[in-house]
Amino acid sequence: MVDVQKQINIEEIWEILEAVPDPEIPVISIVELGVVRDVKIINEQLKVTITPTYTGCPAMDMISVMIKAALEDRKIENYTLETVLSPPWTTDWMSDETKNKLKSYGIAPPAENTQDKNSLLGKPLQIACPQCESKNTVMQSQFGSTPCKSLYKCNDCLEPFDYFKCH
Amino acid sequence: MLKQKISAYSILLGDQSLILGQRLGELCGHGPILEVDIAMTNIALDLLGQARLYYQLAAELSDTYEDEDQIAFLRREKDYNNCVLVEMPNGDFGDTIVRQYLFDVYHLMFLNQLKESNEKRLKAIAEKSIKEVRYHLNFSGDWILRLGKGTEVSNQKIQKAVDTLWPYTKELVQSSELETEMHGFGIAPNLADLEDEYYRQVKSKFAEAEIKLPEDKWSQIQGKKGLHSEHFGYLLSDLQYLQRSYPNSKW
Repeated sequence: MVDVQKQINIEEIWEILEAVPDPEIPVISIVELGVVRDVKIINEQLKVTITPTYTGCPAMDMISVMIKAALEDRKIENYTLETVLSPPWTTDWMSDETKNKLKSYGIAPPAENTQDKNSLLGKPLQIACPQCESKNTVMQSQFGSTPCKSLYKCNDCLEPFDYFKCH
Repeated sequence: MLKQKISAYSILLGDQSLILGQRLGELCGHGPILEVDIAMTNIALDLLGQARLYYQLAAELSDTYEDEDQIAFLRREKDYNNCVLVEMPNGDFGDTIVRQYLFDVYHLMFLNQLKESNEKRLKAIAEKSIKEVRYHLNFSGDWILRLGKGTEVSNQKIQKAVDTLWPYTKELVQSSELETEMHGFGIAPNLADLEDEYYRQVKSKFAEAEIKLPEDKWSQIQGKKGLHSEHFGYLLSDLQYLQRSYPNSKW
């Protein structure tokens, strides 16, 4: 077991984690979502650090189970999984590539940075429809199918869609 | 010992979130419209998540409690230190949303102070929760305006709820002995510092929503001492049913 462990390097661990999808939005990985904060090897033991998106998000338990399964699939058994709260998770960590993936999946990505003025003042945002790009959209429900989303409707193509909230 | 007191303080904070979360959870599948149903349960989920963080910290520091479930499910009525406002029944939607608004204004102000705490784990919970509570306040504040300035009936219902719940707001901004002591250690905010700003915000929203302020009368300030309303026992019997009937059961 120790031999197997030694052959694993940090880059391989990141690759393994990048292959673990978000359980609710399988088109992006937990690394792209920003849930995985750190991977380290300390005294030959692997330490993976994750952070929750929303405090009550039920997907977090699922994510821990999936990480364990992915590691153990590769015969990595000498590891610890730690959850940290600080710094708090933010959608600012999402790359443009990740945002595009969300959009092609039909979810409008976070429209701005959390430090932007409108966001801080809680002003309503102009969200582009992920189907037809129209900005003639209206919020139907501030809360949606998961804690991280709101429900919108496009007034042009009339499709309802999820918006990944800026958080 | 300080460790035990921080544990007790963390339980008090967890109790507020747990009990309001439990109340909102009662609306699952019973909301007046689908969007509100989803919103109330989403807010409940955030509050339960926050309660878990406070309880996990409390259990880690405690000599009495082994884990978060024991704290949430196996205490007696008088061991809960939540303020009475959060245990008030859902009533009609006016009662539910006024209770929510009165709590959310306090909650956001409180967390903004708690994030300056020198207890770094409480600080981290505050920083995490603030982002969620902003959404809660947006939601409840919008409804106060919409219903207050809506129809004659909707205005009356909000007015009735404000008249009923107003006396329970004082407790939010008055420190218990434990909170005062924690403030002395730089761990907890001084709640008295929040009082003026709290009432300024709430009064200005009610003025905008055409809601009259009730007279300041007798005020209920007992929850933090473990003295609860007659509604609380029923809430606990629901909340604790599973652990009491099937001890040590796990999800």
